[in-house]
Amino acid sequence: MSEEILPLLTKALGETVYMVIVSMVIASIIGIPLGVLLRITAKGQILENVILNQTVGSVVNALRSIPFIILMVAIIPLTRLIVGSAIGTTAAIVPLVIASIPFIGRQVETSLKEVPAGLIEAAQAMGATPFQIISKVLLPEAMPGIVSQLTTVIIALVGESAMAGAIGGGGLGDLAIRYGYQRFRPEVMLATVVVLIVLVQLVQFVGNTIAKRLDKR
Amino acid sequence: MIKLIGIEKVYDSPSGKVHALKGIDLEIARGEIYGIIGLSGAGKSTLVRCINMLERPTAGTVIVDGQDMTKLTESELRQARKSIGMIFQHFNLLSSATVYDNIAFPLKLSGMNDTDIKKKVTPLLELTGLTDKAKQYPAQLSGGQKQRVGIARALANKPKILLCDEATSALDPQTTKSILDLIHTINETLSLTVVVITHEMQVIKDLCDKVAVISDGVIAERGSVLDVFTNPQHPITKEFISVLLSNDLPVAFRGNEISQDRTPDSLLLLRLTFLGETADYPVLAQMIRSCSGIECTMLFGNLDEIHGVPFGRFIIGLSGSDEAIRAAQDFLNGQDVKVEVIGYVRRNFAAVD
Repeated sequence: MSEEILPLLTKALGETVYMVIVSMVIASIIGIPLGVLLRITAKGQILENVILNQTVGSVVNALRSIPFIILMVAIIPLTRLIVGSAIGTTAAIVPLVIASIPFIGRQVETSLKEVPAGLIEAAQAMGATPFQIISKVLLPEAMPGIVSQLTTVIIALVGESAMAGAIGGGGLGDLAIRYGYQRFRPEVMLATVVVLIVLVQLVQFVGNTIAKRLDKR
Repeated sequence: MIKLIGIEKVYDSPSGKVHALKGIDLEIARGEIYGIIGLSGAGKSTLVRCINMLERPTAGTVIVDGQDMTKLTESELRQARKSIGMIFQHFNLLSSATVYDNIAFPLKLSGMNDTDIKKKVTPLLELTGLTDKAKQYPAQLSGGQKQRVGIARALANKPKILLCDEATSALDPQTTKSILDLIHTINETLSLTVVVITHEMQVIKDLCDKVAVISDGVIAERGSVLDVFTNPQHPITKEFISVLLSNDLPVAFRGNEISQDRTPDSLLLLRLTFLGETADYPVLAQMIRSCSGIECTMLFGNLDEIHGVPFGRFIIGLSGSDEAIRAAQDFLNGQDVKVEVIGYVRRNFAAVD
């Protein structure tokens, strides 16, 4: 393995981490409330609204059924509107965010379903407002599950961000394709894959550790 | 304190409408411990949830402390609920919060500051014997300790009413007793009105002043626990009581034919129920002394206590001449004892050996 790979790898890793972190933060800010909305408006829940629930649910399902590579190309006009350019690392964040929001929404919804109904009833019996039930019962009780689920989303984002090379997003996947595949440099391919494996292992380890520390059950 | 008038509750279910409560009237006085007993599906859990509007009755009025709960707005209702504590069969504690934080939870909901919360939680930890568990999480506690946390949490807002929904049904008999004792203590020290939902007659007997037996969405029978226990009217009540007080004959007579006419070599079986003072009055000794020629065999005996009132049940067998037996029956009927004639029965010697 030649010396010149190292700066290439470092730069690509930096781009991947940048895309994943920024996308994750933005997608969580929108996705977590979306998951809460999906949960609390479901039938029999504290702010039951079946029509709203089903409408939002359908949009979420529709977005989730679009393959990422197609979504990325399809929303180029939107990306240009938001970022000012349709290519580059920052531009890749827009489709990553849009793909992750419904994913996070469903994952958070699933975690919230695990909170026993009796706990919500107890909070209601104590005179809690719907907002207090969300902030003081639902979210804290579901937090270990939410952390585990978000870990899965981050790992999915690492994978999706590899496709960002298609719109000039850079990153580890892009490096592997351009150097490893197109320039017949298997050692670059191998190095990239090793870095990706380490990255994913690290994310999973941190996620598990946090989830375990939060879980008092 | 609590007044339920014509409470009805109808649920929509996939298999059609379910009439869970069919017109319930109930009045619970201040400071009373009122038991509501019923089989599962009888509607008792729905009924107790109508008191704090966790279930909105389809028809009827719920008056708590002079306030018509059915007419309150959402925010008025939340305020009203703060003076009604509730504990549950499965405790419903926050798994992510310590014992201390669980008890502090209702106070945090009211926006109380940490110093005031501490002043309120500390005595509650002492009252429920949880001081050394304050920093532990519910998963580290036993069932009885979890229910103590539930009780402390329910008391944090200084409620006037405590609703107990099958609060001891998930606990073993010994723990049940300690929880019932705790509820009894807080009823007395805080003059709290307590509503107890249960399917166990033992809980009613050990804890309650009054009882309503609910069956199929209506109140089948109600009254003071002592009256209902000693003189049950409705078959369902008798069934609940029979779990505690067996009406079966002693083994030696089971399977034998009981006749109302005297047959040779038989005993006249009588079931005697003593209540209060008479339970320790030497009624049988006096009977034997005053009716010459009577033979009295004690076949079954049980002395219990309901709310400090002694309550004894005996089955005796009488033999002797016709006159002696008649005299003995007359004597007993003249005493403050409830006498039921079971009948004449031959002794089943085989079963005894």
